[in-house]
Amino acid sequence: MSTLQIAIYVIVLIPAATCLGEHLARVYAGERTFLGPVLGCLERGLLRILGVPASEELTWKDYGRALLLFNLVCFVVVYALQRLQQLLPWNPLGFGPVAPDSAFNTAVSFATNTNWQGYGGESTLSYATQMLALTVQNFVSAATGMAVLVALTRGFARRGATTIGSFWVDLVRSVVHVLLPLSLVLAIALVARGVVQTLDGPARVELLDPQAGVDGVLITEQTIPLGPAASQVAIKQLGTNGGGFYAANSAHPLENPDPISNFLQALSILWIPAALCITFGALVRDRRQGYALLAAMLAVLVPCMLLVEVFESAGTPALIAAGAGLESDPGMTGGNLEGKEVRFGVAQSAIWVVATTAASNGSVNCMHDSLTPLGGLVPMVLMQIGEVIFGGVGSGLYGMLVFAIVTVFLCGLMVGRTPEYLGKKIGAFEMKMASLAILGPCLATLGGAAFASALDAGRVGVQDPGAHGFSEILYAFSSAGNNNGSAFGGLAADTPFYNVTLGVAMLIARYLPIVAVLALAGSLARKTAVPVGPGTLPTHTPLFVLLLLGTVLLVGALTFVPALALGPIADHLQTCSR
Amino acid sequence: MSTHRQRANSTWLRGPILRGAILDSARKLDPRVQARNPVMFVVWIGAVLTSALGVQARLGSGEAGFGFVLSVASWLWATVVFANFAEALAEGRGKAQADSLRATRRDVVAKRLEEARRDANVEHVPAPALRKGDFVLVEAGDVIPCDGEVLDGAATVDESAITGESAPVVRESGGDRSSVTGGTRMLSDWLVIRVSVNPGEAFLDRMIALVEGARRGKTPNELALAILLAGLTIVFLLATATLRPFSEYAVQARGAGAVVSITVLVALLVCLIPTTIGGLLSAIGIAGMDRMIRANVIASSGRAVEAAGDVDVLLLDKTGTITLGNRQATEFYPAPGVTLEALADAAQLASLADETPEGRSIVVLSKERHGLRERNLHGLDAQFIRFTAQTRMSGVDIGGREFRKGAADAIADYVSWHGGTFPREVQESVRAIAMAGATPLVVAEKERVLGTIRLKDVVKGGIRERFGELRRMGIKTVMITGDNHLTAAAIAAEAGVDDFLAQATPEAKLELIRDYQSKGHMVAMAGDGTNDAPALAQADVAVAMNSGTQAAKEAGNLVDLDSNPTKLIEIVEIGKQILMTRGSLTTFSLANDVAKYFAVLPAAFATTYPELEVLDVMDLATPSSAILSAVIFNALVIVALVPLALRGVAYRPGGASAVLRLNLIVYGLGGILVPFLGIKAIDLALGALHLV
Repeated sequence: MSTLQIAIYVIVLIPAATCLGEHLARVYAGERTFLGPVLGCLERGLLRILGVPASEELTWKDYGRALLLFNLVCFVVVYALQRLQQLLPWNPLGFGPVAPDSAFNTAVSFATNTNWQGYGGESTLSYATQMLALTVQNFVSAATGMAVLVALTRGFARRGATTIGSFWVDLVRSVVHVLLPLSLVLAIALVARGVVQTLDGPARVELLDPQAGVDGVLITEQTIPLGPAASQVAIKQLGTNGGGFYAANSAHPLENPDPISNFLQALSILWIPAALCITFGALVRDRRQGYALLAAMLAVLVPCMLLVEVFESAGTPALIAAGAGLESDPGMTGGNLEGKEVRFGVAQSAIWVVATTAASNGSVNCMHDSLTPLGGLVPMVLMQIGEVIFGGVGSGLYGMLVFAIVTVFLCGLMVGRTPEYLGKKIGAFEMKMASLAILGPCLATLGGAAFASALDAGRVGVQDPGAHGFSEILYAFSSAGNNNGSAFGGLAADTPFYNVTLGVAMLIARYLPIVAVLALAGSLARKTAVPVGPGTLPTHTPLFVLLLLGTVLLVGALTFVPALALGPIADHLQTCSR
Repeated sequence: MSTHRQRANSTWLRGPILRGAILDSARKLDPRVQARNPVMFVVWIGAVLTSALGVQARLGSGEAGFGFVLSVASWLWATVVFANFAEALAEGRGKAQADSLRATRRDVVAKRLEEARRDANVEHVPAPALRKGDFVLVEAGDVIPCDGEVLDGAATVDESAITGESAPVVRESGGDRSSVTGGTRMLSDWLVIRVSVNPGEAFLDRMIALVEGARRGKTPNELALAILLAGLTIVFLLATATLRPFSEYAVQARGAGAVVSITVLVALLVCLIPTTIGGLLSAIGIAGMDRMIRANVIASSGRAVEAAGDVDVLLLDKTGTITLGNRQATEFYPAPGVTLEALADAAQLASLADETPEGRSIVVLSKERHGLRERNLHGLDAQFIRFTAQTRMSGVDIGGREFRKGAADAIADYVSWHGGTFPREVQESVRAIAMAGATPLVVAEKERVLGTIRLKDVVKGGIRERFGELRRMGIKTVMITGDNHLTAAAIAAEAGVDDFLAQATPEAKLELIRDYQSKGHMVAMAGDGTNDAPALAQADVAVAMNSGTQAAKEAGNLVDLDSNPTKLIEIVEIGKQILMTRGSLTTFSLANDVAKYFAVLPAAFATTYPELEVLDVMDLATPSSAILSAVIFNALVIVALVPLALRGVAYRPGGASAVLRLNLIVYGLGGILVPFLGIKAIDLALGALHLV
């Protein structure tokens, strides 16, 4: 039954991604599309406001400058809105300004498409901040990633060119033609399933069964926070953002009420990242390349889903000893249900756990801290291998392409030729940029975790003893250091120490690779293409897919195995031996 | 090629080279030398650090036992020395060769002329004082003082110092044999030479610099690989350096065990960084250049050698490369009423005095097919008619009979002048021969046409298979010929080339190269004449024949001392082999890390998390034995792979996918499995010897 759910998920994902991918290719190529006439007006209007002609072409340096400038402005706006929310409308609960360190962390988090949440949304942020700062960022930070990918794609597709397109045009097209319409449709579907969408204040309801609070006073009334949730949830999933409206994220019944809303949300996590593989193939005029990349990603995703499902269904030694029912029956799944919503059970939690960490989404529908040690190892590894299995919209695929370049380099040498990918020769400059792009997240993750585990300021936030406590630190930095944003839980991260260190990790993990990838795009665009022949290493074959995965896993494993040995692996072995 | 390889193998381990290499590997411990190779520099720093820790341990305040730290430190030094040894060994033979080259031009005194005449005033100056544009006189017994162009005279020269070929060669003014190389020796006669290069730029200087590796800059691929290796080193540095705080945290959280020692972290780091390829990288490049020199090819730079591996279009001159030197007679077609023997006899008579290869081949064919012996006509009253551009015929007048052979139209004129007619049958056979890509020669005696001789280019044996091999490697072959389109097409089909350029002019060749390059191809060609120079300069890989002109040699980036155009194919193979060796050893090096993790990690954290023992799949004796075994394996594998690095990985022509699959199985899968066995074996040996 669980396996069937995973199968259905994948079977629906592939055709959905293919259709969307082809659509995206037409959008970025500036061709006519289905909703083109309507959305085209909006696109032209926005570009006119920006003062950018639709035919603008920028060098990689100008492209990068525009991107960094735009992201800086975004950061400042989000920071300012949080600090000034008490002065702004749509603040029904009258929240005061967010603390500077928390505001910094959140601003970085949403500008970098990480959407790590150090704050509790419903208890700290006004509606205005949620909508104007966070929801807007959900769109533009996702569009930034897509723009970088499209620029890199042009680098492969163009020959002898000095420019790689216009950041502004790519940004606007991503928002107008993809993210906005899809979010609108998804938001309506979610509202139909019961996700809240209102500007009213919180609802107050009488408790049916009044209870005594800690101070002994009888509690008779509950405040249920409401707000414009559906509109934010839609883009949080589609843009691999993951920052929920509620602190409990998609485990909250008003953010994700039932299995159907759950399925739609889980599907939209991987929809655009998967579609972009197809788009890439179409834009470089060799669709097989896109299918190969998608196949490589699926070849990791599906086994991971099955693994988590197996680990969680098996429960824990303590549960077995206590005689907790592991057999599932139609009304109830068995296994380790701690931290899981009973309305989703093990299978839908497993799908979500893997999808949200494979993609750099970070939303949760169950508590990752409560996964079995090995069940928790899978999402951690998925993040540590650089968020390239689907990954963030755009960023996942450009990360994967960086790995493809490294793979091609090693294999190309082995066949006795200067390595080339999609006809472009890979030289010293490309290797330098690829190394930088891979190095950024490693540095952010390991450096940050080392810093936090060495200092008292870092250690105090840890909730659990022993290896599990270390896992909490490692997970937090793996999440921030790969721009995922998923939280393991257990770690009290809303402290000045963690807000700053995690913020810095997010900045390194996002912008170092972006600059390196744009430089790659610029360098590749200038090259002429080598014609394909029998001496060319084919990059669309199962063998290449295998090698690409081998490289991703080897680099990821070799980098993180020592740390993992001290965290989840030791944790698991101890749990078993206890 | 195989003979070159055998020569290479047998000379690597010659006494003096080996002794020199051992000395050099100690000399290369200098940090300034090490800093050039980031991977090995990290090992060097690790060795220094662990040595210091060893001293500290000896003084009684160390973080680990003295014996253990000392063992790790010693093996780290050994790792550095082994890598140095590989490089020194690769350089060693080049140095020996350079020394002998240098000896050839020691104390050469040049006879500088005031003017470019033999009888001009002579001034004796040392060879290094010569400048470009000076004139020198060289006489029998002299050593030629410089590279230059012959202006006057003809002489035989012994070029064995450069080419290793002992047969003397002729050098004369004008034409394609007018260039001389400094350091070679005149055997006879005299030459007046114009110096063509300044001191330090001569061919010999280039060769010395090349074999010594003195000016060996990193090639583009080598540079890219070095960057990747440096990147990986930084990643592993991060992974191991952060383990210290992680371990501190674990010890504190667990309340048990000891923090992982710096010695162990350094050992882990050195095991993880790609030392195997890092240590052998420069040796691979130097050995590749050396293989090129063994093949008697001198490259202007490592870049040219590497580019050879990327070549995907090969332009080959028809004559000498695809076909045997010249056209040969292969068949006689008698005219109606003429016997085959009569035609063969007449053809032989008409060719007896014809010293051209075509003429000789007619004589030979008549002899072989019809038992007609060569006759000595000197006794007879024979008068030979030489070929001229006006008559376009040659032949003989003997005893009142006239035999002529020549092009069909020339013979037709000759026959009709004698009042004869040109039979339709002969016209038919002439046309048929031409259609098939061969050259018809018609034989006549006064008014009577005797028949036709078919002259045909003979394609070299085995060349078709060679081109098939190249095609599977993804290399397109293009034949260049001055022949007409029809002839060219026929030979192209017979030789199995992919394309051809007929009636090629130097401009057409240049245009063809540009055209291929604009489509992204890498073009290689060989040439020897001055008119080849523009095309050679344009080609990505240009092999000039050593026998060729100075202009051709300057335009090319490789010079073939054997002057064998077929060498191009060998050059491409050597280029590919260098890249394959680098890629395979990199893969091997990275794949090795998997086993090393299984050895080192459980050992490193044995005191904090004894549960991690389950990862010790090799069941190694003790934690220190496990760590030491991994370090020792890591050092020894460099030595074990030195022969492979110097020889290059086995090269079999084939498509990219097939080659990749094979190398992946050998070096990828092998790289994962071998260290498991190796580390276990070392662990057992250490235990048996009671070393830990």
